[in-house]
Amino acid sequence: MLEVRDLVKVFDGFVAVGGVSLDAPRGSIGAIIGPNGAGKTTLFNLITGHLRPDRGHVKLNGRDVTGIAPHDLCRLGVGRSFQRTNIFPRLTVFENVQAAFLSHRGRGWNLVAPVERLYRAETEALLESIGLADRAGEIAGFLSHGGQKQLELGLALALEPEILLLDEPTAGMSATETREAIRLIERIARERGLTLLFTEHDMEVVFSISERITVLHQGRVIANGPPDEVRRDEAVRRVYLGERH
Amino acid sequence: MPDASFVFAQSLSGLTAAMFLFLIASGLSLIFGVLRVLNFAHGAFYMLGAYLAYQSMLWLGPGPGLFWIAALGAALGVALLGGVVERVLFRYLYGKEELYQLLFTYALGLILSDVAKIFWGTQQKSVSRPPELAGSFSLFGATIPQYNLFIIVLGPSIALAFWFVLQRTRAGRFIRAAALDRETLGALGVNVDALYTWVFMLASFLGGLGGALISPMRATTPGMDTEVIVEAFVVVVIGGLGSLWGTFLGAVVYGQVLSFGILFFPRFSIFAVFALMAAVLIVRPWGFLGRPLR
Amino acid sequence: MSARGLTWLLVFVAALLVPALGSRFYTFLANDVIIWALLATSLNLLVGYTGLVSFGHAAYFGVGAYVTGILMKKLAVPFVLAWPAAGLFGAAFALAFGFFCVRLTRIYFAMLTLAFAQIVWAICFKWNELTGGEQGMPEIPYPDFGWLERVGAAVPLLSWRTAEYFYFLTVALVAASLWALHRIVTSPFGRMLTTIRENAERAEFIGVNVRRYELAAFVLAGAFAGLAGGLFGIFNRGVFPDFAYWTKSSEVLIMTLLGGMGTFLGPSIGALVLILLNQQIVSYTEYWPLVLGTVLVVLLFGFPGGIAGAVGVLAGRLFRWARSA
Repeated sequence: MLEVRDLVKVFDGFVAVGGVSLDAPRGSIGAIIGPNGAGKTTLFNLITGHLRPDRGHVKLNGRDVTGIAPHDLCRLGVGRSFQRTNIFPRLTVFENVQAAFLSHRGRGWNLVAPVERLYRAETEALLESIGLADRAGEIAGFLSHGGQKQLELGLALALEPEILLLDEPTAGMSATETREAIRLIERIARERGLTLLFTEHDMEVVFSISERITVLHQGRVIANGPPDEVRRDEAVRRVYLGERH
Repeated sequence: MPDASFVFAQSLSGLTAAMFLFLIASGLSLIFGVLRVLNFAHGAFYMLGAYLAYQSMLWLGPGPGLFWIAALGAALGVALLGGVVERVLFRYLYGKEELYQLLFTYALGLILSDVAKIFWGTQQKSVSRPPELAGSFSLFGATIPQYNLFIIVLGPSIALAFWFVLQRTRAGRFIRAAALDRETLGALGVNVDALYTWVFMLASFLGGLGGALISPMRATTPGMDTEVIVEAFVVVVIGGLGSLWGTFLGAVVYGQVLSFGILFFPRFSIFAVFALMAAVLIVRPWGFLGRPLR
Repeated sequence: MSARGLTWLLVFVAALLVPALGSRFYTFLANDVIIWALLATSLNLLVGYTGLVSFGHAAYFGVGAYVTGILMKKLAVPFVLAWPAAGLFGAAFALAFGFFCVRLTRIYFAMLTLAFAQIVWAICFKWNELTGGEQGMPEIPYPDFGWLERVGAAVPLLSWRTAEYFYFLTVALVAASLWALHRIVTSPFGRMLTTIRENAERAEFIGVNVRRYELAAFVLAGAFAGLAGGLFGIFNRGVFPDFAYWTKSSEVLIMTLLGGMGTFLGPSIGALVLILLNQQIVSYTEYWPLVLGTVLVVLLFGFPGGIAGAVGVLAGRLFRWARSA
C-alpha cells in the first residue's frame, strides 16, 4: 500500500534521514521506533509532503506521491496526526471535525450556505466512535491532553483515510490513558480496515500491537521485521541497551 | 546630460541622507534582531533627539563645541527614555502576538509625538550648524558642506564601532546570542532582562543621535517621525532585518536611489523606493544580507 | 425572525431615521461611520477570520475611491456602473498584490502589504494626469438622483437634500455588502478561513490549500474595501492620495481591534466608537494622537478582545450570575 524507497533528507550538512526504505502492506499495523533524534518525525514529514526529500521516492498504491503538497496528499487517503497536538484550539470539538468533513467532501469553496447545518450527522457519528460525543460543544483548546489527541484522531478519520500515520500518538499520556488510546486506535483500524503506521517511544505499546517494526538510528534503518525478530536483533540491542548486552 | 561634478554632488547628498537613515535604521534593526519587535515608535525617538538637541542649544547658547554636547546629551536623554519605556512597558509585550506588539509600538509613537507637540508646539524649530564645521569643501568641482562630509565619515565609523562591539566584545557576544536563543542564554545565567534593556537603550541612543545630528540640516517639525519610520522600514527590509551591514547597505542603496531618482525621474523616485522594497520582499524576503527567519 | 435578525433590522431602520433628526452634522457623521464600518469589516475578513495582519488595506480603499472618482468625474460614467467598478478594481489589485503577499509569513507579509500600499499611494500622489496628483480630485459628482427628486417633489415625506439621498443609498449599499460578507463568513469557506487562522499546518492536512484560500480572502477583502472607497470618495466630496497612505491602514486596523476582531460586528462598533471619540476629542483639544495612543495602550493591555469581546465577557458573566441566582 505504502512504499518508501531510499528517502534522504539533509539539513545544512546534517543527515536527518539517510536512505530509509520501508513498506506498509494494506491492513497492516507497523511501528517505527528509535532513540530521540533518530529521524522519525522527519521521516513522517517526508512521507506526508511537509518536507521535500533530497532523494528517494514515496509510492501510495503504486502511484508516486513524493513531495506532493499535504493538502493534496490527504485527499489520496492518507491521514496523519502530529507529535505536538495539532487541532484548531478556539473552535469547538464539533467544529473541528466538521471542518475536516467540509474540506474533505469538497464544500470548502461554498461561500453561501450556512455552515451549521452541514454534515451534522457524520460529525456526530464520528465523535461517537472516538468517544468525544459528550464533549462536542467544548472548546478544543480546553480539552485535556488525552482528549485533544482523541480529537486529532477524529480529524484524521474524517478524511476517510486508507492509511493512518500517527506520530507518537501516546506522547505525554499516563499509563491508563496510553492503554485506552491504543485500544481505541486498534479498534478503529480493525473496524475500518485501515493500514496503520506509527512512531512510538513506549515499547510496551509497540510490541503489543505491531505486526512489523522498523528501527531507526541516526537516520538509517538498522532493523526491520516482526516484533520477535527485532527484539532479538543484535544491532537494536546495542543501540538501545548499550554495548554490554 | 548633467555634468560629472553635479552627479557627484548628488551622490554625496544621497550618502549623507543615507547615513542619517543608517543611524535610525540600525536601531530598528537591532531591536528587531534581538527583541523580535518591530518598533514603530522609533521614529518618535529620532524626533525627540532633534527636539532635545534644539532645547539643549537653547540652554547652552551658541559657542564652540557646544553643539556636540547638545547632540550627545540629546542622544543620552533619548536612551534614558528608551530604557524607561522598555522596563515599564515593553516587558509585557514579549511573547504576545505580533499584531499587539506592532499596534503597541504604534500607539507609543502616537503618544510620544504628541508629547513633543505639547512641549515644543507645532512651529518649525531650527538649530544652527556647529561653527567648527560651518564651511564647505570643494571636491571634484562640487561644493560639499563640511558638516555633510562629517556625517558621511561618521556613518561608517559608527558601523565599524558597532561591528567591533558585536564581534569582539563580551557584551557583543551576549547580544548576538540573545538574538539567536534567548532562553538558553538565560539558562546560562545571563541576566537577559537587563540585556534587553541595554540593547533597547543603545538602539534609542542611535535613533536620538540621528535626530540630533540632522537638526542643523533640516527643520525640526512634528510629522518627521512618521516620515522617517517608513523610510527606516524600507532600509531594513532591503538590507535585511537584524543585519548590521545589511542595514548599512540598505541605507546607502536607498539614499542613492532616492537622490538619483529625484534627479532623473522625479515623478518616479518615491515609487521606485517602494517598488524596490516590494521587489526585495518578493524575491528575497530576508533582504540582501539578512538571514531567513525561522 | 431570530433575535439576531431582529436586531439587524432595528439597526437598519435606526440608520435610515438619522436624517429625520434634522441635523446635517449627524447625517454626515452617520455616513462616515457606515462607510468605515464596511472597510473595517472587510479588513476583519483577513485579520480576524483568516489571521492575516495586513498593513496596507487602505490601498484598495484608495483604488476604489479613485476608480469611482475618475469614472464619474472624468468619464461621466453613471454611479450604477462606477461603484461596482470600484469593487472590481479593488479585487484586481488585491489579486495582483495578494499573489505575492500570501507567499510570505507574518512580519514579511505585513511589510509587503505596506510596501504595495505605499506604491499605490505613490502612484496616486504623482500621476497628475490620471489622479490629479498631490491635489487629488475634488468635486466628485453625486450619483444622479433625478428620479428620486421627482418622487420627493410629489411625496413630501420623501423630499430630501442630495446629501441625504446619498446617505440613504449608502445605508442600503453598505447593508447589502455587510449581509454578503456575513454570508461569506458563516459559510463553509468562512469556516475554512478560521481553520487557517487557528492552525495553518493542520488546515493543510485536512485538505485546505492554505495559499489559495488566503488569496481568495485577500481578494474578497480588497473587493469590499474598494466598494467602501467608491462610496467614500463621493461622500468626502473629493478623492485624495492620503486615502491610500499607510496611516489610513493603521486607522482601520485600530478600529477593527477596538471593536473586537473575534465577532462580525466588532469592527463596525469600533468604527462607530473611534469616529465618535475622534469627533468629541478634536473639538476640545488638538492632542487626538495622544488620546488615541492611550486608548490603544489600554485596549491592548486590558481588553484584547476589543469592545465586543469585553461586552461578550461581561454578558457571559451576567448570564452565569443570573443562572446561579
